[in-house]
Amino acid sequence: MKKYDVIVVGAGHNGLTNGAFLAKAGLDVLVIEKNDYIGGATVSRNLHKDWKYSNCSYVCSLFRPEIYRDLNLAKHGLQVVTYNGGFTLTEGGDYLGSYNDHERMRREIYRHSPVDVDAYDRFGTEMAKWCRFIRPMLLRTPPDPTSFKFRDLDELAFLAKKFGELGSKDLHDFMRFFTISVADYLDQFFTSDLVKAHKAGSGIIGTGLGPMSPGSAYVMLHHYMGDVDGSMGAWGFARGGMGSIATALCGAFQEYGGELRTGSGVDKILVTNGRVRGVVLENGDEIQADRVVSNLDAKRTFLQILDPKDAGEKVVKAAKRFKIRGSSGKLNIALNGVPEFPALPKGSRLIHGDFHIVDNMEAYERAYDDWKDGRFSKNPYIDALIPTLTDPTMAPEGKHFMSVFVQYCPPSVNGREWTDELVKEFGDNVIDHIAKYSPNFKDLIEHVEVRTPREIENEAGLTQGNIFHGELTLDQLMFNRPFPGYAQYRGPVNGMYMCGSSTHPGGGVMAAPGANAAREILMDMKLSTTVPEDASDD
Amino acid sequence: MRDLSGQNHYLSAVRATPFYEKQKAVDLVNTWHRWQGYTVPDVLDNVTVEYFAIRNSASVFDITPMSKYRIKGPDALAFMNRLLPRDMTKLRVGRVGYTVWCDDEGMVIDDGTVFRVAEDEYWLCAQERQLEVLKRNAIGFQIEYAEITDEVAALSFQGPVTCKILKNAGFAGIETMKMFDLRFFDFPDGEIMISRSGYTGDLGYEVWVQNDQAEAIWDTLFEAGKHYDIRAIGGDALEIARVEAGLIAAHVEFSPANETVRPGHAKSPYELGLGWLVKLDKGVVFNGRRALMKEKKNGSRHRFVKLDVEGNKTACNAYLFDKKHGKQIGHVSSTAWAPTAKKNIALGFVDMPHGEIGTEVWAEIYYMKELKWNTRWAKCTVMKDAAWNPPRKTLTPPADF
Repeated sequence: MKKYDVIVVGAGHNGLTNGAFLAKAGLDVLVIEKNDYIGGATVSRNLHKDWKYSNCSYVCSLFRPEIYRDLNLAKHGLQVVTYNGGFTLTEGGDYLGSYNDHERMRREIYRHSPVDVDAYDRFGTEMAKWCRFIRPMLLRTPPDPTSFKFRDLDELAFLAKKFGELGSKDLHDFMRFFTISVADYLDQFFTSDLVKAHKAGSGIIGTGLGPMSPGSAYVMLHHYMGDVDGSMGAWGFARGGMGSIATALCGAFQEYGGELRTGSGVDKILVTNGRVRGVVLENGDEIQADRVVSNLDAKRTFLQILDPKDAGEKVVKAAKRFKIRGSSGKLNIALNGVPEFPALPKGSRLIHGDFHIVDNMEAYERAYDDWKDGRFSKNPYIDALIPTLTDPTMAPEGKHFMSVFVQYCPPSVNGREWTDELVKEFGDNVIDHIAKYSPNFKDLIEHVEVRTPREIENEAGLTQGNIFHGELTLDQLMFNRPFPGYAQYRGPVNGMYMCGSSTHPGGGVMAAPGANAAREILMDMKLSTTVPEDASDD
Repeated sequence: MRDLSGQNHYLSAVRATPFYEKQKAVDLVNTWHRWQGYTVPDVLDNVTVEYFAIRNSASVFDITPMSKYRIKGPDALAFMNRLLPRDMTKLRVGRVGYTVWCDDEGMVIDDGTVFRVAEDEYWLCAQERQLEVLKRNAIGFQIEYAEITDEVAALSFQGPVTCKILKNAGFAGIETMKMFDLRFFDFPDGEIMISRSGYTGDLGYEVWVQNDQAEAIWDTLFEAGKHYDIRAIGGDALEIARVEAGLIAAHVEFSPANETVRPGHAKSPYELGLGWLVKLDKGVVFNGRRALMKEKKNGSRHRFVKLDVEGNKTACNAYLFDKKHGKQIGHVSSTAWAPTAKKNIALGFVDMPHGEIGTEVWAEIYYMKELKWNTRWAKCTVMKDAAWNPPRKTLTPPADF
């Protein structure tokens, strides 16, 4: 029977990235996917007539440009198109628009709060400082601060140098930044509650934290540190939906000779005498390999597919403690036209961007309160987009696809499992909520796919439906991700690795964990690396 | 232009100043650029002709987009003295002062001019927006501050014949105004302010009016100057005059400290050649004083230099070296062929201790002729003064031309 050099468990964007770099190095690589389709949460699906939904992740910014370029993803059909602006609707019938154009953005803030205009620039400058600090870390393996290995010391020295460059004032601010809440952070800049609410959304997306919970400021940075074509903080649509990213990665993987097998997931990683020797699938097939890489989250990796006897007590306990709380839901909607928002002036093109509902900080916290109480938010934060206003490929002419990300949505409702009735109730609540701001919205709806943590977990395999493969809090970042001692992509048994978003630098369609893990595997095999180095712009 | 107030700003990414129609009427080339949210001309007719209006006759340049603030209250003086490194007790009512202001690290946030219009009232005119800087520094002071950028229209009126034209226009006693004086004059629909100030290093005035007086003051100046070559000019001509006068610009000579991301990329007043503005011993604490005292003691990193560049190729974006093919010691920030001084000039920065007055540095200049790039080494002499600094700039009363 054939024996592979490496088996990658899961064809999410990180699994495919990992596989592509390993195959590029000449290894015999097999990627195994439980679903009949690839992509994990980076997926486009056709669920209704001629519509394509980006039905999990829906926009792209964090994807490492070095990987995009190195794997030649443009050739494999990937095109990321920047979108411009967006808006936050207010209960009073107004809106705060966002514009990529600096002067237009200033004019818009001036309209609501003159003194916050300069604060907006100050905020932008400070976020740029932290982005500049953190971006070079993304395509690096976190150093182990307890290690005296030459490489770890070298990486620690790199970190120390970066800290040294900051200067004392920035260093103080930076230390605070990582522990502060997004609400406290925004209070340092803005006076207008609306401006704060407009910025706060990215601090709570996907996280089981509220805007007033310490650590949420970092979550905001996590959404800022990406770029499209060098424009920091910008977001774009993958043409054809997010699945185009997975398709392009798979194209590169297969061009380098990688093999893909879909339709049956991995049941167990086979370990003999502390060494990986392959996997057994859910259908009973056994496949041999010297190395197994898990693209699954830390809980699924260490509590499901690895035998606890092989993982060992410490790892099992750490995996059990790993925070991966489901907090988000999603609606994917097929529309017969463009919904009208009377708050927007006629002819405004802001609807081409992302739009939000929640216009004050307290409302965010109240939405979070619902989640803590085990309910979905009555008045949730909504991050909605209509990609088909930009992308001609995802819906029939004149029709539209609307992606509605919803925060918060609990993994179970009042301690009970989700039922189909509850899922419908959740979906209806969101639709009613949007309809308050858009009178013709309901009439335009042709089909809705409602996704609570239950659906996200069952389909994409994200435990509790947590979109980041685990909370992005300081105790689970850098050399603590997923847990101390296991941050360098290696598992507790020889030949086992992790390449999913449970590892550094965490969630989002970034592909950095997959690439970093490939670099470590190649290093262990004493092969020269195929993974590009960070090419940050300064 | 359309009404772009309130929500309507979404209809256009730029606003028109109250002088827009007047400028459009004499605009022959239709090349405009964005300045702090407004649209303003690069050129209206011809750069050279417009430049010579500044140095030979009279030029009219729309400075409405400059950031303007009113600071008023019993603590106005104390507030300005806290914000600015200059000794503001020395700036009397009716006087204007050029100044910079710094962050706590002693790095320059912006530069601009302060107008003391009354005992308890100042106007601050800046390159960048400063409303939040005022707000943050106002804590503990009995003052009110307001942005008046959109309410006050302003023209820079520069050139050797400007005093004569203002006399013709009936502004009685204008000739008695000294450099950096300000005075209020009667005008239809309300008093207007005229200051003897500018950004050209020449004789000139700045005229400050309400928006609804804008077209009237424009017409008044052009009528009074009709026998001279009075011209509306765009930003390109002003840029030549600014470099010739050795004056600095935000985002060109310095990166405003508030907006600077990279450590070490902002500059101090000393590094901008503006140490004369910093009064460490003025008896009160001001923003950045501690850091500036330290810098004064330990020395600065860079020196601002005004260079006379050999040859006629401008040293655009050139590195500066200690000698031909030598060690790189700095860079050029602005350049111009100075049509009045008849010199090839550059402004730039060198590492300390290089760049003492009268010494030489070298520039490696790249220039293109008919799509072919050439390189040339040029010796540059560090000048004491700006390339153009005529006695008429300060002479009172000014001559008629």
